[in-house]
Amino acid sequence: MNVTFTRHGFARGAKLALSIVPGMLPFGVVVGVLADAKGLSFLEITLMSALVFAGSSQLVALELWADPAPILAASFAALVVNLRLAPMGAALAPWLDRLRGWKLWGTLTTLVDNSFAFAVADQRAGGRDAGLLLGVGATLWVFWVASVALGHSFAGLLALPPGHPVFFASLATMIALLVPIWRGKRDLLPWVTAGCVALIVHQAGLGQPWPVLAGALVGAATGAWRDRRR
Amino acid sequence: MSLRWDVLAAIIGMALATYLCRAGGYALLRAFRPPPFVEAMLAHMPGCIFVAFVIPTLIAGGSVHLAAGAATLAVMMATRNITAAIAGGVAVAWLLRGG
Repeated sequence: MNVTFTRHGFARGAKLALSIVPGMLPFGVVVGVLADAKGLSFLEITLMSALVFAGSSQLVALELWADPAPILAASFAALVVNLRLAPMGAALAPWLDRLRGWKLWGTLTTLVDNSFAFAVADQRAGGRDAGLLLGVGATLWVFWVASVALGHSFAGLLALPPGHPVFFASLATMIALLVPIWRGKRDLLPWVTAGCVALIVHQAGLGQPWPVLAGALVGAATGAWRDRRR
Repeated sequence: MSLRWDVLAAIIGMALATYLCRAGGYALLRAFRPPPFVEAMLAHMPGCIFVAFVIPTLIAGGSVHLAAGAATLAVMMATRNITAAIAGGVAVAWLLRGG
């Protein structure tokens, strides 16, 4: 595959990212509000958003935050919640294999669920410009850091209870991204398997990341088994 | 504006753990060429990860989330516009909650 890494690809990625920023902002604001409630300073939470850049793991770590800071527990929470990113990096190999140095390891620094989904959809539509992956990731990074900072600054004025409908936005983003990833009937068996296994593991009382990891691995293995039997 | 050493250590620990996840899966793959079955699995991985993430969360959210999820999917399939799809899903969630 002839993979490129251009400014044009980066710009296309940035444009895609902007389309989902409205859905991401409430989540960032909530993380900022929670950080304020847990006693983190503006500098501390901004540094965390910039260096960690993974919303659900920041949320989980902040939920268990204490004084002094729970260094091991927070690191372990980040490891467990973000384990789902490991197979995403591996699945992007057709693009990443052609990159070296900062383009490879720097792009991976910005890998998140949504940049992965946009990249896979583009790859499957014949896209060959890996700059798109960094374009989505870097743009989302800017808005993530800004929205968390905003939440921290205006924590006293914003009252968004946990069940508020705006939080459906992050789930809606993932659901909508399933549409461009769908390749037709051959995806049905692995997808249904993935959904059922994830649901069973979830109902068994195991929290994240186990439903995602078990569902994704069993679903993908079922698809691979079916493909290789034909 | 304070920066405490224990908070900084926790942030650095989280950042390192997260980067290990982001780069580790691909680094392993780059170092060891996987057997054909694993290659075939990786081709199915993207969709399966998202489905496995969405389904339990959606069902845990009850009928409101299911209806809002269906609306998101319908708008996306009709328009292929992700901003419209997210807005449609949130609007349905909002209406059904009477918010």
